[in-house]
Amino acid sequence: MSDLPLIQADRAVPPPASTTSTGGRRRRLRLLSRTDRVVITLMVLVPLLLVTGFVWLPAAATVLLSGTNWDGIGPLNEIEFVGARNYSDVVNIYPPFVPAIQHNLLWLAALFVVATPFGMFLAVLLDKELRGSRFYQTALYLPVVLSLALIGFVWQLLYSRDQGLINAVFGSSIDWYGDSNVNIWAVMVASGWRHVGYIMLLYLAGLKGVDPSLREAAAVDGASESRTFFRVVFPVMRPINIIVLVVTVIESLRAFDLVWVVNKGRNGLELISALVTQNVVGEASRIGFGSALATIMLVVSLVFITIYLATVMRENRE
Amino acid sequence: MSRPQSQAEYLARLVPPSVAGINRRSLLAGAAGTGALLGTGLLAGCGDDSGSGGSSKDVSLGSNQSDPKPKDVLVKVTDGFKTSSGVQVAINTVDHNTFQENINNYLQGKPDDVFTWFAGYRMRFFAQKGLASDISDVWGKLSGYSDAFKKASTGDDGKQYFVPATYYPWAVFYRKSVWQQHGYQVPTTLDQFTALGEQMKKDGLTPIAFADKDGWPAMGTFDILNLRINGYQFHVDLMAGKEAWTSDKVKKVFDTWAGLLPLHQTDSLGRTWQEAAQSLQQKKSGMYLLGLFVGQQFSNDEQDDLDFFTFPEIDPAIGAKALDAPIDGYMMARKPKNEDSARKLLEYFGGKAAADINLKNDPAVLVANSGADVGGYTALQKKAAELVGSATEIAQFLDRDTRPDFASTVMIPALQQFIKNPKDIDGLTSSIENQKKSIFTD
Repeated sequence: MSDLPLIQADRAVPPPASTTSTGGRRRRLRLLSRTDRVVITLMVLVPLLLVTGFVWLPAAATVLLSGTNWDGIGPLNEIEFVGARNYSDVVNIYPPFVPAIQHNLLWLAALFVVATPFGMFLAVLLDKELRGSRFYQTALYLPVVLSLALIGFVWQLLYSRDQGLINAVFGSSIDWYGDSNVNIWAVMVASGWRHVGYIMLLYLAGLKGVDPSLREAAAVDGASESRTFFRVVFPVMRPINIIVLVVTVIESLRAFDLVWVVNKGRNGLELISALVTQNVVGEASRIGFGSALATIMLVVSLVFITIYLATVMRENRE
Repeated sequence: MSRPQSQAEYLARLVPPSVAGINRRSLLAGAAGTGALLGTGLLAGCGDDSGSGGSSKDVSLGSNQSDPKPKDVLVKVTDGFKTSSGVQVAINTVDHNTFQENINNYLQGKPDDVFTWFAGYRMRFFAQKGLASDISDVWGKLSGYSDAFKKASTGDDGKQYFVPATYYPWAVFYRKSVWQQHGYQVPTTLDQFTALGEQMKKDGLTPIAFADKDGWPAMGTFDILNLRINGYQFHVDLMAGKEAWTSDKVKKVFDTWAGLLPLHQTDSLGRTWQEAAQSLQQKKSGMYLLGLFVGQQFSNDEQDDLDFFTFPEIDPAIGAKALDAPIDGYMMARKPKNEDSARKLLEYFGGKAAADINLKNDPAVLVANSGADVGGYTALQKKAAELVGSATEIAQFLDRDTRPDFASTVMIPALQQFIKNPKDIDGLTSSIENQKKSIFTD
């Protein structure tokens, strides 16, 4: 014993042999000092309070309020409950609702089928370390950094029917933002412009992390570039793929800013998020009705969240 | 894992620990960062009602006049108040749209003693909810207001809640030079108006400039047709939810509009009113139904070329004497911190001195007080003032005369739907009526 260095008893890590005999309680006390315990308690409590206060309570309040016709004025005890009327109104007599659902789904499909693969494609190109790849990387990532008000403005310059660049250059007179058959696609291009940069960056990071020896091995085996990518690199990037999948779903559900900048989500640009905002934000708001829309959106999101969590948890167990 | 060297690396680490074995320390660092972000956001959100210090004589004014010109005018008016009364006014300016969107929370929280607002249902709504103070006594001391203005300042209980300051009429604007060149005459009936439009088409002009990207300009067209076809009282009742949108009277408004739509500029739903006004300014369009503020799109030396006429008569029994002329002004919060000074400030706002300062500094509006020295008006302003002076009834505009939730969530999409497809009037009006019944419940 005398040749061991002097250390504080409660900081000492016992030798493995003694843990089996002395049991769990003493061991835990030794592992965590008082400061450690305070820090850990705070670290659990503070985020818990934040999440409860800023996520769960508002979510619960939204669900509650969706059963009322509250206009945001007056004390809470005067709120009148109207049962499921808001929901039946949303479905039966609110014309923008069905287009909004369709547009959200369209948005998801477009991001998933076009923008995300394209971002992936760009990432693969940039990963080849072409000359000036830093320049391309910056150029493609730029839209992600720009504020959305600015993006809306930039595209307005291109899309304006009378004064926009596209119509001026091609001599056309397409009403890009006003024609409800066209504007959802026009806005989706603008939105995709941003999304591509985001996805590209995520994949680029993933590609940098792929072990080069895997590619070398594939090359030695005589696999072609595309075969190497799809059979070796892509499966290895599974974590990134899941993140990209989740990011794409989230982006399509919360798609809002651009349509709001363009025309407040009306006339062909209806999205659930825009409808919620139209109803809840503003003077003399329809808090109850807007909450019903928000609850519907919450339910839709829950479907995706459940799928995601189920996947992740199953993986953890394995 | 080492510290991320680039943003790319950092982003790659946003992978949840379940899928990528992430190091505990970097996870905690991320959580701390998020906490810090939330913290600053909270602080920033709390810092907005601290401008009310100073002596007890001070009065605070919440203002939506965020554009440089009107903001400057308001400072000059309050300076005049300070000189005459010795009371300091603390102005809290908020961006125009933000102010309107937050008005609910603003009035229920700790509002400024006096705040800028609009006449019409929007004013009566907050008066009825008890969020504004009765200022009938101030009205007792005011002079120079026509009955129309007093009526527009009165709540449902017959008391006054609003002091009018400025207003702008809606009319059909045109360029004198274009009309002289083609020899057009001002139409006084709908038939003449339609014939003029057809003639303009032949002359290669777009007869009526039109824009509705922002949703509200088309309300002006609906309003004026409704006022000409069914009269002022029907407009008020319809907006108050007392008349059915499925009635033949409303259908006739849409029918008439559908007849006029071919004369309107096409693709209006992607165009802002500024762009439509520019087509008038560039002599591509023959006329434009809009508020007096259309002049903002014309340069100074073009102002003299701008003229207008009131929308022609449709039904001789109704005439053409009613119009939209929204009024901007001031109201007092429910419990002002300094009530005496607030009432004095409102009295000053409604007086001749404030009107004179407004008139001298802002050429885009008309002043409500007839006692003001109108010698400084441009020819256009004089004519506009005469038009409003001769009006039998003054409406405030669709979105100021009805419930705001109805105007923005039902009427804007409905009018845009109509512009897209003017044929299905029955379906449109019954959809509006169904939504109206659900909104006008109390």
